[in-house]
Amino acid sequence: MKTKLTALVVAGIMAAAPAMADLVVPNLSYRTGPYGANGTQYADGFNDYFTLLNERDGGIGGERIQVPECETAYNTEKGVECYEATKDTGALVYNPLSTGITYQLIPKVAVDKKVLYTPGYGRTSAKNGRVFEWVFNAPANYWDGASVAVKHLLDENNGSLEGKKIALVYHNSAYGKEPIRTLQDLAEKHGFTLTELPVEAPGQEQKSQWLQIRRDRPDYVIMYGWGVMNQVAIQEAANIRFPMENFIGIWWAGSEIDVRPAGAGADGYKSVTFNGVGMDYPLYDDLKTHVIDPGKASQGGQHVGSAVYSRGMYAAVVIAEAIRKGQELAGTSAITPEQLREGFENLDITPARLEEIGLPDFGPEIKLSCDNHGGSGMARIQQWDASAGKWNLITEFTEPDQEVVQPLIEEDSQAYATEAGITPRDC
Amino acid sequence: MIYREAGDFKTSYRDDSQTFPIRLDRWGYYAVLAIAFGIIPFVINDYWANAVLVPFLIYAIAALGLNILTGYAGQVSLGTGGFMAVGAYSVYKLMTSFPEISILVHILLAGGITAVAGVLFGLPSLRIKGFYLAVATLAAQFFLVWLFNKVPWFYNYSASGQITAPTRTVLGHAVTGPATSAPAKYLVCLVLAFLLAWLARNLTRGTLGRKWMAIRDMDIAAEIIGVDPLRAKLSAFAVSSFFIGIAGALLFAVYLGAAEVGEAFGINKSFLVLFMIIIGGLGSIFGSFAGAAFMVLLPVLLKNVLVGSFGWPTDLAAHIELMIVGALIVTFLIVEPHGLARLWALTKEKLRLWPFPH
Repeated sequence: MKTKLTALVVAGIMAAAPAMADLVVPNLSYRTGPYGANGTQYADGFNDYFTLLNERDGGIGGERIQVPECETAYNTEKGVECYEATKDTGALVYNPLSTGITYQLIPKVAVDKKVLYTPGYGRTSAKNGRVFEWVFNAPANYWDGASVAVKHLLDENNGSLEGKKIALVYHNSAYGKEPIRTLQDLAEKHGFTLTELPVEAPGQEQKSQWLQIRRDRPDYVIMYGWGVMNQVAIQEAANIRFPMENFIGIWWAGSEIDVRPAGAGADGYKSVTFNGVGMDYPLYDDLKTHVIDPGKASQGGQHVGSAVYSRGMYAAVVIAEAIRKGQELAGTSAITPEQLREGFENLDITPARLEEIGLPDFGPEIKLSCDNHGGSGMARIQQWDASAGKWNLITEFTEPDQEVVQPLIEEDSQAYATEAGITPRDC
Repeated sequence: MIYREAGDFKTSYRDDSQTFPIRLDRWGYYAVLAIAFGIIPFVINDYWANAVLVPFLIYAIAALGLNILTGYAGQVSLGTGGFMAVGAYSVYKLMTSFPEISILVHILLAGGITAVAGVLFGLPSLRIKGFYLAVATLAAQFFLVWLFNKVPWFYNYSASGQITAPTRTVLGHAVTGPATSAPAKYLVCLVLAFLLAWLARNLTRGTLGRKWMAIRDMDIAAEIIGVDPLRAKLSAFAVSSFFIGIAGALLFAVYLGAAEVGEAFGINKSFLVLFMIIIGGLGSIFGSFAGAAFMVLLPVLLKNVLVGSFGWPTDLAAHIELMIVGALIVTFLIVEPHGLARLWALTKEKLRLWPFPH
C-alpha cells in the first residue's frame, strides 16, 4: 500500500509541474478560508490581466505568460508548499498576497533568486533595496498608508491634530502590527494620542474593542483589517453609531464586500487606496472584448471592476511592465528572474505610460531604483457611497511623510541586515 | 505465507521482549531505516523535503509527544500549539542570543524549557480530569499565544512580531535559514525523530510508561498499588512537552524559517495534532507516525491529484480536499475506532495466518 501511495504521490507531483516554457508568473492565491472572499477577487484580477495580454498581444514581447494558480488559504505552511511546488517551473516572480507568507519567502527568494513583488503589503522595510535585493513593494507600503491617512486627517483639521484621540483597530498579526511604530511616531510629531486595539484573527469577535471605542470616544478610528474582520468592524461601528467619515481603513479594508453588509450604515466610510476604482477606464473595453466576452475570465468574471479585483489587476500591470522593461534591458524576450529584477529596478511607469495601457490616473507614478524598491508611497482616499453602491475618490495622490517613514525603514532594514548577516550593497 | 515464522526461535527473555519480535517485521524496520538514512538523503529535492517529508517528521514528533500524554498517561491536552510555540520562541531566543552554540543544543534546550512550561501547566491535572483538564490546557494554549504576541522581548522587538530564523550550521552544513539544503533539513529532522521515537518506545515499556498506563486505566487503583500520581502525571507532562517543544523548535527553525505565533501555533495546531493521534491510534508509537502521515501527506496528495492531474480550479479542489479528508477521518474511525495502528495490527494478524485462517 505504501509503495502504491508513493507512486501516486510521485505521479501527482509530476503532473503538477507545468511544461517549461513561456514566462511563468505563479499566482499563490487563496479562494478558501476566512480571507477567501477578498483573495478570490484579487486572484481574478491578477489572472485576467495576463489573459488579456496573452489574448490581445500574444503575451509580452512575443512570449506568452503562464499563470499557474496554487491555493494557500492564507496559511503559511501551504504557502511554503506552493512556493516549492512552483519554483522549479521557471517561475519569475511571486505575489503571495499575505504578509505571513511574504516574511517566509523573503530569505528564500534571495537564495533561490526569484523576485518577490508585494504591492501594499509584506515587510515595509523591503523598500530599502540595498538590504532587500529581491523584494519590491511599490507603489506604497503600510507605513505610507498610515502616514497618508494621518495627512488626510491633518487636512481635515486645518493642519493640527493636537489633543485629538485616534484609535487603531488592527488584525493582531504581522500585518496589523506593522503600522504601530509609524503611528506612534506620528502621534508624537502631531500631538495626538494613539490607542491600540488588537483584534484576534480571523476577527469575527470585536464586541469588546468597539465597546471600548464607544466608551473612549476617539475622534478617529484607523483600521488595518482583512477578510471577515472588515465586515464585522464596519458593522460594529455602524451599530455604535460611530461617525463613518471619521473611520478610515487601509487599502485592504476598502472593498465593496467589506461595506455592503452594513448597508446604509456604512455610508461615508473611507479607506486609503493606491489604485483607481470603478470601470471608467479604457482598459476595461479591451478586457471585455478579449477576456470577458469570449468566456476566458478567471472564474467567470463575476468580480470584474471591484476594488480588490482592480488591485489584483494593478499588481499584474506592474509585473507586466517590469517584464517588458527587463526584456528591453536584456535584449531577449525569454527573460530570467535576474533580468526581471533588473527590469523592476529600472521600472518607470509614468502617467503617460498608464494612459497607453488604458488606465489613466489609475495608480501613482512608479519610479524604482537600486536603493528604492518601494516607489513614492503615494496614495489617495476613497469614500463609500452606500446609495450609489460605489467608491468615490475624494483626494488626489498624496505623498506620505517621508521624514517619519524613511528613518523607520532605515532602522528596520538595518535590524534585518544584522540579524540575517547581510551586508547592504552599494547603490 | 507472507510471514514465514518457521525457525524464528527465541532463546532468551531479551529476545522475547524486543520491540519487533517477528523476524520479518525486524527486517522491515531495518529496511525502512536503511532507506530513510541511506537512500532518501541522496535523492531528496526541495519540494519533497519542504512540502512532504520534513513536515511529516516534525508532526510525527509532536504526535509522539501528545501520545505520551494523552495516549499513555490518559491526560487530555489541547495545549499542543501553545507548547510548540514555547519551543519555537525558546529556540529563537537561544539562537539569536548565543549564536556560537550549536543549534542542536538549542533545539534540545528548547525542548527542556517547554518541559518546564508543560509541568507548570500540568499542575492542574492533579486536581482535575477529563474534559475539565482539556479546558485547563486550552487556557494554556490561549495564554501562551497571547504572551508571545504581547511581550516584544520574545520576538526581539521586531516591528511586526514575526520571528525569523537566522542561518545556523551543524558540521559546516546550514540546517536553518534560507540556504539550507534539502538533505540537511531532512536529516536533522530524521535523526531527531528517530532518537525521540526510540526514546518514547523505551520509556513507555519501562517503569515510567507502566506507571503512566496505570494512571490512565484507573488512577485510584494505581495510587493504591503505589504509583505516585503527582510524579506520574507531571513526568508525563514533562516528557510530552519536551517532545512537543522540539517539534515546535523544528517547525519554526528548520521547516518554516519564519513564524508568527497566532498563525503558526494557534488552536488549529492543537487540534491537528490531537486528530493525528486519534486517527493514528492512542497509545501507539507507530500510530503517531501513521497519524502524522495521514494528516500531512493526504492533503498534499489530494491537491496534486485534483489540481495537477485533473486540472480542477484550485478553490474547488481545496473544498473537495477538505471534504475527502473529513469523510476519510469519519470512515476510518467508524471502521476502526482505535486508529490506523490497530488497523495495521489486525492486518498483520491476518497476514500471519494467511492463507490458513482458523
